[in-house]
Amino acid sequence: MSVRVLKPGLLSSLQDRGRPSHAAIGVGRAGAMDGPAWQLANALVGNHGEEAAIECTLLGPSLHFEQAAVIALTGAPIAARVGERSLPAWTACYLPAGSVLQLGGMALGCRSYLAIRGGFAVSPVLGSRSSDLHARLGHADGRALGAGDLLPVGPSDPLHTLPASRGVSVLPWGLDPQPWFDFGQQPIALLHGSHWGQLDEASQQRVLGGSFIVSKDSNRTASRLDTPRLRLREPLELISEAALPGTMQLPPSGQPIVLMAEAPVTGGYPRIGQVAAVDLARLAQRRAGDTVCFRPSTLEQALARLAEREQRLARLRRYIAQRLEHPE
Amino acid sequence: MRPAIQFEALAEDALLLRFGEHIDSDLNAQVQAATARLRRLPELECVPAYASVLLHFEPSAWRGSAGGDPHQRLQAAARAALMESHLTTVAPREVSMPVCYGGEYGPDLVEVAAYCGLDPHQVITRHAAAEYHVAMLGFAPGFPYLLGLDPTLAMPRRHDPRQRVPAGSVAIGGSQTGIYPEALPGGWQLIGRTPQRLFNASLEPPSLLAAGDRVRFRPIGPEEFRQLEEEYAR
Repeated sequence: MSVRVLKPGLLSSLQDRGRPSHAAIGVGRAGAMDGPAWQLANALVGNHGEEAAIECTLLGPSLHFEQAAVIALTGAPIAARVGERSLPAWTACYLPAGSVLQLGGMALGCRSYLAIRGGFAVSPVLGSRSSDLHARLGHADGRALGAGDLLPVGPSDPLHTLPASRGVSVLPWGLDPQPWFDFGQQPIALLHGSHWGQLDEASQQRVLGGSFIVSKDSNRTASRLDTPRLRLREPLELISEAALPGTMQLPPSGQPIVLMAEAPVTGGYPRIGQVAAVDLARLAQRRAGDTVCFRPSTLEQALARLAEREQRLARLRRYIAQRLEHPE
Repeated sequence: MRPAIQFEALAEDALLLRFGEHIDSDLNAQVQAATARLRRLPELECVPAYASVLLHFEPSAWRGSAGGDPHQRLQAAARAALMESHLTTVAPREVSMPVCYGGEYGPDLVEVAAYCGLDPHQVITRHAAAEYHVAMLGFAPGFPYLLGLDPTLAMPRRHDPRQRVPAGSVAIGGSQTGIYPEALPGGWQLIGRTPQRLFNASLEPPSLLAAGDRVRFRPIGPEEFRQLEEEYAR
């Protein structure tokens, strides 16, 4: 069974958890920008959890399903229809063989996830099916999905809570997206970076008290933030050290950049902050032109919030798995 | 003498061990030795750089059953691992790489020679005479940053970076030399090219080189380059 890409959308790619253990040979992590949304999309179709899903950016693809499939959409709210029927997100949908799913634009946010029961089963590269667009690793040498691409789907059993039918059918229940999508664009927790103390006072105040605009140059590698120029007390000459997602760097332009999923593995710019891991998915959902505000956080607070979210996510995934298997 | 190591929590899941603040072969050798020891710890990814090692970990895996601070627990484990003195040191791996210098393979060789006040043959001789240390990999999968360049060959990066540097290009950037594993944009001065493949995701290991390796370049002519290129493509 496979899914054919009819129209690729703006920038769609296959993503899973990524390649977290190859940085020493220059291979970055990549993986889904909004991790919880990716995990919940998989959970909603009854996948084990690590399957590759399609990450859509701003405008989704159109897809042809050769055979019947169960899919789920999560992340940024996205227009989705099969023929005249529009599909809800944050639930599972059954699509009969021959369906054409047309994904449209996102009302807000930047990235939506489409998971399919069985998962997109392209050959893994270094243990992951993620496309690293920058390092050109993954499906079709790491390029974004293109028209005509045929995406294989892994084997799966039918889902008896969503039995085969002639037309599209949708589960009678779904998830509340509220805790998992940042509708209110809340301030993002920022830890001090190694060189925070070298920022001048006005710049420190601007980072934690002002607001930034996401630049149109933002992508899966980095979110670039527009602001009046931030300045260091004196120039710093640094040697390259390992870099990681969430790091807020200050290049000589004075416009900070926050490294994202496809962060390079090494970098030599001053590190003025670190976005709390628990809030990285929120930043990933800000599109060009959106506002970003930061609030200070300690490492302990960030760790506690991360642990709490992981527990909540695990509980929710167990609940979904049970409810998919044992209807009412 | 054991140098003081600075520990810095970079993120919830990342701890940096810093051995110094400059680029230096001896300092980097300490980094590689430390990395070898730290790799014995479970549930940890070690990323060596010039003078530091990043430890990447899953906070939940290092919290312990009592729910302790994962950074403190990891820091204690890292200190203990670095204190072990009975470990035998492993001799570094030596890799010899064929390089065709100059001509279409090294379009900047003449410019580098002029900048350094040498003739192109002297550049080749000096570049191939040195033994290099792979300090770290980065920039692209399999890209090695090599220390040990003859200081008389140092030359700044180009003002106008190339959109596409051919795979295998051997280049000089400042006081370092490196090799482009794939066709990539790049600003270093290209003096030669190796027919050897540096990165192949379907091989184990995928990268020809690892941090800590020693590299020597063996000058070859265009004919041997083409022969080897065919051989490696098989």
